[in-house]
Amino acid sequence: MEHKDFFFKRLEEYGGSTALVTAQEEIVTYGELTKRADLLAREIGRRCLIFLACRNAAESVIGYAACLRNNIVPVMVSADIDAGLLENLMDRYHPAYLWAPAENGVFSGEAVYRDQGYVLKKTGLSEDYVLGADLALLLTTSGSTGSPKLVRQTWKNIQSNTDAIIEYLGIVPEDRAITTLPMNYTYGLSILNTHLSMGARMILTDATLLEKSFWTLFRNQGATTFGGVPYTYEILKKLRFGRMQLPSLRYITQAGGKLSKELAEEFNTICGEKGIRLIVMYGQTEATARMSWLPWKDAARKAGSIGIAIPGGRFALINADGAEIRKAGEVGELVYRGGNVTPGYAESRMDLAKPDENQGELHTGDMAKRDEDGFYYVVGRKKRFLKLFGNRVNLDEVEGLLKKEGIENVCAGRDDRMVVFLTDPEKEGAAAEFLTQHTGISRGGFVIRRIDEIPRNDSGKVLYSALEIE
Amino acid sequence: MREINIMTNLEKYNEAFTTTFGIGQDALEELEYQGIAAWDSVGHMQLIAALEEAFDIMFDTDDIIDLNSYKVGKQMLAKYEMEI
Repeated sequence: MEHKDFFFKRLEEYGGSTALVTAQEEIVTYGELTKRADLLAREIGRRCLIFLACRNAAESVIGYAACLRNNIVPVMVSADIDAGLLENLMDRYHPAYLWAPAENGVFSGEAVYRDQGYVLKKTGLSEDYVLGADLALLLTTSGSTGSPKLVRQTWKNIQSNTDAIIEYLGIVPEDRAITTLPMNYTYGLSILNTHLSMGARMILTDATLLEKSFWTLFRNQGATTFGGVPYTYEILKKLRFGRMQLPSLRYITQAGGKLSKELAEEFNTICGEKGIRLIVMYGQTEATARMSWLPWKDAARKAGSIGIAIPGGRFALINADGAEIRKAGEVGELVYRGGNVTPGYAESRMDLAKPDENQGELHTGDMAKRDEDGFYYVVGRKKRFLKLFGNRVNLDEVEGLLKKEGIENVCAGRDDRMVVFLTDPEKEGAAAEFLTQHTGISRGGFVIRRIDEIPRNDSGKVLYSALEIE
Repeated sequence: MREINIMTNLEKYNEAFTTTFGIGQDALEELEYQGIAAWDSVGHMQLIAALEEAFDIMFDTDDIIDLNSYKVGKQMLAKYEMEI
């Protein structure tokens, strides 16, 4: 496939079809989207690096399309990014431009162009680096702890994953997806990519499921699908999803962490009764977005499974020696091969021309097993990661950040519940404030517990198993 | 007897907010959804759970969404026959 056939470069072919519906219920057609995108790209004028401040708004999608249609490379960041983290990213990556909401003072530079609520700002930073030939965009890995490490994604990765997702979900031009996740998160972005690629409709809102305006927009616009992380499903349960009247809804997807068995069973039942398909999926930013899916026909009998590899992809399990495990039921590291495996990371602008370091093979860091029917089950992680409301959080990294603030601590926990253990009770407030203010971890995502002493073995290694997390 | 009950309900109501969000009594009167960092969507679900437990009730879908301030919540509880 040639670059000129990349779906973003052909979006104008959908002409008068509706591409976007805004939270104010204004319509943007594909013709208008591509025109406004190309005007912005003309202002930028060349292949360079920009920071795209993401919101679920038309201008944000226009900025994204401007980049992907015109070989401009965006770093996808939240419009609500912490000022310190943004400064760190700016220092490391030297973007030529910023595309951000006009009223957002955190993104500063000389304003050179405007499209409704967004402004293009020139940074004046030195462009002392090279962009790799296939590089299409950059995404953060965690979203939460504020690591400046980015995943490099190529246009071939995006095309490959988009095609596979459209195929297994059966996305059609009549679909209308409503946003529940941000564009700077790979899962949210994959929903946008797949619907644009099919000439389908995106309903854009930053409102959460807990706001009336979300459900009003949902009903007025007849949303047919949305995606959710496990926490989204906790909220839906609380909102008595089973009793809600949503006749337009055709199917929903779930990714971004494992749904508890009870929740999976409950939603399988509710969705079965309502005639809505629930598709459980698994993926990582390092694999563009998706690696596996659980077909709806298997949902009940394989509850708790991440399903099977997506079209064009393949899973294998390897043991500690790197040898492939062929027997069913044995646990090993999950390894994925496919066209959506990204070339690797970047830690600064000097890494943007790095070659393909993965060669289509991703070691996921997840420990998994396979059953006799070939369905995969994730059972744990190789390293100390948690998912907090869909965001991957590296516990060692959080410990390090707090230590840098002078707070002695160890972190442990499970998904949606991080426990921060402190030896100094007077540091409780400072720890909570630092985590909520500077890492974006939600206050409800962690609890703080005081311990007399950090448990360690003879060689000084922390004994995480001795910590009480419940 | 009735006096005591009224006090208890208000105390229970206040306590759901102060313990969920880790704030003092004086901050309650003007408190709104997303007005403080702790009252985000995660905090909201914790608050709903705390109130449901404290008063042994189940909120309707619309009420979970509508409960967007300390004041609104007070009025809402009247619907569930809780006098605050």
